[in-house]
Amino acid sequence: MAKPKVATTSLCGCFGCHMSLLDIDERILELVQLIDFDRSPINDIKSIEGPVDIGLIEGGCCNEENVKVLQDFRKHCKILISVGDCAINGGIPAMRNMVPLEECYEEAFLNGPTVVNPSGKVPDDEEIPLLLDQVYPCHEVVKVDYHLPGCPPSADTLWEALTALLTDRPVELSYELVKYD
Amino acid sequence: MNNNNQKISLTIDGVEVQGKPGQTILEAAEAAAVYIPRLCWMKNLTAAGSCRVCSVRANGRVQSACTQPIGPGMVVENDTEELRELRRNLIDMLFVEGNHFCMFCEKSGECELQALAYRFGITAPKYPFMFPQRDLDASHPEILVDRNRCILCGRCVRASQELDGKHVFGFVGRGTTKRLAVNAPDNLAQTDAEADDQAVAACPTGSLLVKRVGYAVPVGQRKFDHSPIGSEIENSDVQD
Repeated sequence: MAKPKVATTSLCGCFGCHMSLLDIDERILELVQLIDFDRSPINDIKSIEGPVDIGLIEGGCCNEENVKVLQDFRKHCKILISVGDCAINGGIPAMRNMVPLEECYEEAFLNGPTVVNPSGKVPDDEEIPLLLDQVYPCHEVVKVDYHLPGCPPSADTLWEALTALLTDRPVELSYELVKYD
Repeated sequence: MNNNNQKISLTIDGVEVQGKPGQTILEAAEAAAVYIPRLCWMKNLTAAGSCRVCSVRANGRVQSACTQPIGPGMVVENDTEELRELRRNLIDMLFVEGNHFCMFCEKSGECELQALAYRFGITAPKYPFMFPQRDLDASHPEILVDRNRCILCGRCVRASQELDGKHVFGFVGRGTTKRLAVNAPDNLAQTDAEADDQAVAACPTGSLLVKRVGYAVPVGQRKFDHSPIGSEIENSDVQD
């Protein structure tokens, strides 16, 4: 029987949650016995081949590409999990949500104290994904089945949730596995 | 006329509890080692009954346990699915109404709002985030006011008046524009607030912080890292 497929991605995140996944240490050997990876930064596959059993999303949605990737994950994943505070509440990137978008651009590309930008223009290459008006938590964009909070969620939290799902146990996180920092 | 030796018998979730005249449901429950979740209530302060997190059913009616006095034969429901959901929803709303970035907050691990969410096992709020515009007052040399984290519980307002004998804090505005104000034309530096005021310590979140303390307690040793808020009450001895 084919092993369950897991896909992972980092949207508007820092890859810290992926680092936490690697933090399961030697259990990663056990994990690769249990699953195959579809799209993931771990194997550098860039697009979902699907169908996928479990999709792990790190980061919220800050631009149109994030939304497309997230929608693609939702389309192909039976179970979609928001991993970490950025996916769940926008996290650090959502600190820009209280600042008008135009001011964010001006600070980043024109007036910021460390900006060197002889063109004096905000980059508008069509290759650069358009920023959204604010950073959105994933569950405000698509349906999300489970949330694993933390910045990042601990390796034990990720391990517990993944092994529960892979062995048909209910995902029940103990008190010490639900943390927001 | 209240005789302190007099007992009032009531039940909380079907278990008989002996309270004293003048006690509220919350106080009688606490003396009986029963924890009723609370946020705006604080020992030695007048109860405000504003956060509603301590809502119980008393003789069938929803009441705030911190303000409702006990009565003979009172039937109190506390730990029911209905009330747990109501409390969860209130906590959810407090999270989405403010800007609570736990990941870098100095109060994380010691914050009562966060601890309540942990106790209720909340992994994500059910309501959409509002990301409101709130301001920050860093004018005072020793105290930071971060209104992003303020849940308008009023503990600092009451503590300043009742424990510090000052009137440093108050509320202005109503509804979504209600905010914590200071008793000065511009900012906290113009008040007589001091770092060791009870009002500062009374803040359940990271809205009032003493400066230059930082992340004093390592992760893993903080108040709510291993045991849920309220477990100290649940593990206490029943008082006579």
